[in-house]
Amino acid sequence: MALLSDRDQQEIRQQFAGLTGQVTLINFTQELGCHYCRDTERLMKEVAELSDKIRLEVYNLQIDRDKAAQFQVDKVPATVVMGVKDYGIRFYGIPMGHEFSAFLGAIQDVSRGTTDLSPESRSLVSGISQPVRLQVFSTPT
Amino acid sequence: MRLATQLAVESDQITADLVEITEFPQLAQRYQVRAVPRTLVNETSIEGALPESEYVKAVVAAAQKS
Repeated sequence: MALLSDRDQQEIRQQFAGLTGQVTLINFTQELGCHYCRDTERLMKEVAELSDKIRLEVYNLQIDRDKAAQFQVDKVPATVVMGVKDYGIRFYGIPMGHEFSAFLGAIQDVSRGTTDLSPESRSLVSGISQPVRLQVFSTPT
Repeated sequence: MRLATQLAVESDQITADLVEITEFPQLAQRYQVRAVPRTLVNETSIEGALPESEYVKAVVAAAQKS
């Protein structure tokens, strides 16, 4: 059975109709000791099938170590959401529940290469000149 | 959560890790996450979900501290 219902798929397909630029989802997984890896990979496949603008690459954290190092991924399941460039967006764990809308939003933003943030927010952020790592912790419900 | 990814798109200096904490309990312990959502800006914490303008100001302020 699919993780996304027919109705979900239909709604997401409509949202993705507005995608302009190519999006690459890079999923890191492993066979053992990862409770949600299989479902996360399945979810990514289902999402990627909803638009021809989305491409999915799947790597094994234990085997594809060069790729893991390249994307600075050290735990699984992990998914990098990339547009024309790597914006530094990583989802750790299966992005369901609250995280799912953030995940869909991230796909749309990296596709456009811009966001709906206000001019004030953008202006404030443009003043940041040092690397900043945001880590947002959440639960599915 | 969405704000964090939006900031990463808008600034080359910002990266955003969204962590589903029940799958990574060791991180919950390490960063003493007791309530969600919780944002760590480098090592400074922002508690709860804030409106855009407050969140962005808090991120910028925390970034200047570190």
